[in-house]
Amino acid sequence: MIEVKNLTKRYGDKLAVNNISFKVEKGEILGFLGPNGAGKSTTMNMLTGYISSTSGQILINGADILDEPKKAKSNIGYLPEIPPLYVDMSVDAYLNFMFDLKKCKLPRKAHLKDVCDLCKISHVRTRLIKNLSKGYRQRVGLAQALINNPPVLILDEPTVGLDPNQIIEIRTLIKKLGKRHTVILSSHILPEIQAVCDRIIIINKGVVAADGTADEIASNITNEHKMTLRIEGPTHTITDKNTITDALRAISGVKYVRADMEREKGIYDFDVETDGKTDVRRAINELCKEKGWNILMLQLSDLTLEDIFLKITMGEQAAVPETETSGKKKRPEINIVLESTDAQEEETDGGDTDAEEEGGDE
Amino acid sequence: MGAIYRREMGAFFTSGLAYVFLGVFYIFSGYYFYNEVVLSGYADTSPLFRNMFRIVLFLIPILTMRLLSEEKKNRTDQGLLTAPIGLWEIVLGKYFAALTIFIIAESVIFIYAIILGYLGSVVWATLLGNYFAMLLLGAAFIAVGVFISSLTENQMTAAVVSMAVMFFVYLFDSFSDRISWQKLYDIVKDLSFYSRYIEFTRGVFNLTSVLFYLSTAFLFNFFTVRVLEKRRWS
Repeated sequence: MIEVKNLTKRYGDKLAVNNISFKVEKGEILGFLGPNGAGKSTTMNMLTGYISSTSGQILINGADILDEPKKAKSNIGYLPEIPPLYVDMSVDAYLNFMFDLKKCKLPRKAHLKDVCDLCKISHVRTRLIKNLSKGYRQRVGLAQALINNPPVLILDEPTVGLDPNQIIEIRTLIKKLGKRHTVILSSHILPEIQAVCDRIIIINKGVVAADGTADEIASNITNEHKMTLRIEGPTHTITDKNTITDALRAISGVKYVRADMEREKGIYDFDVETDGKTDVRRAINELCKEKGWNILMLQLSDLTLEDIFLKITMGEQAAVPETETSGKKKRPEINIVLESTDAQEEETDGGDTDAEEEGGDE
Repeated sequence: MGAIYRREMGAFFTSGLAYVFLGVFYIFSGYYFYNEVVLSGYADTSPLFRNMFRIVLFLIPILTMRLLSEEKKNRTDQGLLTAPIGLWEIVLGKYFAALTIFIIAESVIFIYAIILGYLGSVVWATLLGNYFAMLLLGAAFIAVGVFISSLTENQMTAAVVSMAVMFFVYLFDSFSDRISWQKLYDIVKDLSFYSRYIEFTRGVFNLTSVLFYLSTAFLFNFFTVRVLEKRRWS
């Protein structure tokens, strides 16, 4: 559906995008992830034909964006970072304008109604865009992109500046759209990308740093597989700590066990590291059943996408310290559910800011 | 092109720019009509058109200042440039919208003609000649204004620069007389918007002048397209 070959964009001396290549298949939702200034928007602007590339080729549905711009562009619905809204128009007038601009041949009334219903803006159609809140403007922007049912949707940070409820709504909508359209979505918010995208491309300093599903990227970046266990022994004393440690070490596939501190009275935590191939959770469960121990907690602490992101974008020296990943962070593993909590949102945002600062220093 | 033309026409009226333009145009043309035509006792509309040259000079930038600068500033150009339409359609849609407002303004002359009809007989040949001359002038100046608007993100800058450029063009004549080098004198004289315009108001229909105004209009629209195109490459 979309094919990008050796795409490069140079602004004077600055190389904004450096030799990026990737393919997006039909019906795929691709996430572009990267710190601010990584080249996400530049890439999207090139994909949509807003700016041209210095070198390289972009094929949209087989049409080259520079050689056959009209054909290629008619396949794309684009929501730029700042929605291209004429604030002095009403939503209805604006959508009609975009309908004409895109030379849409679909039945006007029905199509606009569908689009408005999908984006939940039917009740504000008569209002002026300048009187709408940011969330509604974003939705009008999305509606505009959907006009003419383009097979490809390119959305540049579609949830920026929205409140948590709106973010969830827009994400749900994008997931829904992913069934009928090929979607490219950019964001610097990790849970968003995890929640919505089938595939992720991490862009850093204009190059593709990683490409694949979240799990693939995770396993490529690291072969550490860790978990934290809290096991209640029979005696509630320090002897438990030693016997449990030894027993865990005896399980095949376990590489390393370290008894952590006493989290509850007489109960210890254990950090277990495996060889990365064997799933030892069942074996541990069997062991505990046999010995009459109780597992009070089992937490996988594989690298989250955020850790990967930080690792990739901040370079080796700034990689996440081990203790932090295994000890403090109690984060759900890779498959974050769609309705991620606000707390997560904030945490990730914070992490991203750090990444940015770090990037700026280099 | 139709979509952009209709949107711009709507925007002219919702933003109030069209009312300002038409209002000021009618006030001044009314004044000159009364002062130079009615009071003179002659049914000749040429003095009106001669004086309106200066007014049009300052009014056209109001019409053209926001056409492309605002798109760039509000990033709405992203919507236009990623739509499956050509750059010419964008530029011409805007150009013809501005030209339409100008024609609406200029057509007030037919109301004056009716008034003149009561006072005496209207010389339709000169009146239509004048009307046509002003139309050509507007066509050329609007293209210049649209071009200048494409160079900046700030509408005030676009307006002031356009006014300065057009006023400078108007002054061409007065300083061309001081040029002693014959060749340069000829070139400057040939580029004069004003003397060609005055020629029309005297009732002389000069085909080269028609071509001069039309090619200016085409050339500057072409430049605007190039500016939009160049922006993609930089």
